[in-house]
Amino acid sequence: MSNIILEAKNINKDFHDPVTVRVLSNINFSINKGEFVSVTGKSGCGKSTLLYILSTMDTDYEGELLIDNESMRNKKEAQLARVRNEKIGFVFQFHYLLNEFTVIKNVMLPGLKMNQYPAKEVEYKAMEKLKMLGIEKLALKNANQISGGEKQRVAIARALINDPHIIMGDEPTGNLDKKNSEIVFEIFKRLAEEFNQTLLIVTHDSGFAERTHRIIEMEDGKIISS
Amino acid sequence: MNFRLIISIAKSLLIARWKQTLVAAIGVTFSITMFITLLSFMTGLNYLLDGLILNRTPHVRLFNEVKPNKNQPINLTAGYKDHYNFIQSIKSGNSRPEIYNSEAIIQALKEDDRVLGVAPKITAPVFFNEGTIEITGVVNGIDEKAESRLFHFNDYITSGSGSDIGKLSNSIVLGKGLADKLLANIGDMVQVTTAKGELFPLRVVGYFQSGLQDFDKTQSFASISTVQKLLGKPASYITDIQLKLKDLNTAPAVAKEFAQLFGADAEDIQTANSQFETGSFIRTLISYAVGITLLIVAGFGIYNILNMMIYEKMDSIAILKATGFSGKDVKRIFLVIAISIGFFGGLAGLFFGFVLSSVIDQIPFNTAALPTIKTYPINYNPVFYLIGAVFSLITTYMAGWFPSQKASKVDPVIIIRGK
Repeated sequence: MSNIILEAKNINKDFHDPVTVRVLSNINFSINKGEFVSVTGKSGCGKSTLLYILSTMDTDYEGELLIDNESMRNKKEAQLARVRNEKIGFVFQFHYLLNEFTVIKNVMLPGLKMNQYPAKEVEYKAMEKLKMLGIEKLALKNANQISGGEKQRVAIARALINDPHIIMGDEPTGNLDKKNSEIVFEIFKRLAEEFNQTLLIVTHDSGFAERTHRIIEMEDGKIISS
Repeated sequence: MNFRLIISIAKSLLIARWKQTLVAAIGVTFSITMFITLLSFMTGLNYLLDGLILNRTPHVRLFNEVKPNKNQPINLTAGYKDHYNFIQSIKSGNSRPEIYNSEAIIQALKEDDRVLGVAPKITAPVFFNEGTIEITGVVNGIDEKAESRLFHFNDYITSGSGSDIGKLSNSIVLGKGLADKLLANIGDMVQVTTAKGELFPLRVVGYFQSGLQDFDKTQSFASISTVQKLLGKPASYITDIQLKLKDLNTAPAVAKEFAQLFGADAEDIQTANSQFETGSFIRTLISYAVGITLLIVAGFGIYNILNMMIYEKMDSIAILKATGFSGKDVKRIFLVIAISIGFFGGLAGLFFGFVLSSVIDQIPFNTAALPTIKTYPINYNPVFYLIGAVFSLITTYMAGWFPSQKASKVDPVIIIRGK
């Protein structure tokens, strides 16, 4: 039981505008530590919506969400922010790096926010992550001076900085060409296999999904196979 | 809280948009500069105008009004005590203009710790003789040292020396208007006729110019002993005791108390010159209103710029929130931005305000009415700088509040999914 990192129980969600539409119904599943899971399905099947609920950013749902055996219901906004900071790493389709900062500072930001280690140590850790992803040379460049593929790798380093329980990705390869997609996939795979990192990636790229350890397939707001 | 991180993020955002930041800060700087300058100049002018009268007016003046005795014999007679007595043709016969027991009173006043200083005075109405013409005037017998210390007597001496009246016997300082009428130069002798008809020569040692023409046409100053000699009175003869108090506002109460204690009449400055307070108050109020309006306008500038910055930085706000910054943190970042604009803009404003008021202080300002004033008056009151600093922080905080509230409410899901 303690192996379960994330658990969704009977999650339902409706969109109310302009008419009430059920986008997620009766979602039940759990993810164990070290699993490399992909969520697939057609556009509009609710897979991204599900991801944002699981990420605690969207709180407008019914049902129960447990992260690290802790219920996310009834938590305040600041507490949820803390959970995201410490336990979840994000990689989005778009990299969302802050152009005002250097690459290394971008990676360090969530670590500095956690405020558990002194800045020097966070910087060392950030450098480690960059080295692991083979982009340590970019550390001192500004975030807007590097290429798209590199940006996405920086975003992955940022997701890793606080050693999260789970990394969530929303189409992390959606904006990348074949070669860079391949690099990103290899990084994820290595994280899962070498570092026993739990990953939950939403993708509509079936080639990507097939190579993960477990596929959760969705259709019309329901899980059809997991 | 992790405040250093928030400040470093705010700093980066500020530097990334340094042009807008500069414009916003200049707005604050300008308004604080004007606020400081306006208030310094306006209150400087207020003090100048009030000083025209108030500097020379004692806070409390003790004197003996010439008036009939209240206790007429018939009222004191036991047999007529219950009657209503009509008395006609009462004369103020027995009352004298001098203050009784003046030396002891002055001694007692000097020891009172509410009193800043005491200056005795004699007013003697006289005629100045110019050929066959007699000009009415007043010789004020003053203690030159006390008068200068308390009522700035020396400031109003335009030529000659005021202190000479204390050193040279039978010397006089004439009002400028009076001197012009008498065609008296410094060093000349003027003839004075007292009310009793005695002729007395006095040497002119200086001119006095108060700025009030009518005053200068009749007034002159000599030492107390000279005036006593003039009037043929003993050394204890004093008609007025002028007091300066440590706290101006206690004057009415103190005046009442002293009147009773010393059995003399007392007049306080508030009763004598109430209109000046009102004028100063209104002028100061207007300056504050204009200054604060300027600041509020600058506040709107900051509001606009922050709003724009927040629209531009939506993505950054979204990712900060996604990676664990709470709404409160985001709000703090933008508040720090607003307040640092206010702080640095305000600081520059205080500096330029000081510079601008110093410049105004150097501009020549000559007027016949104000002989001691050579440049525009400026009041360098640290309180204005304090108010300016506090207000620049408060307005920028308010201006930053609403945009940062908006930033804290940004829903990262909407921004991220919108891409």
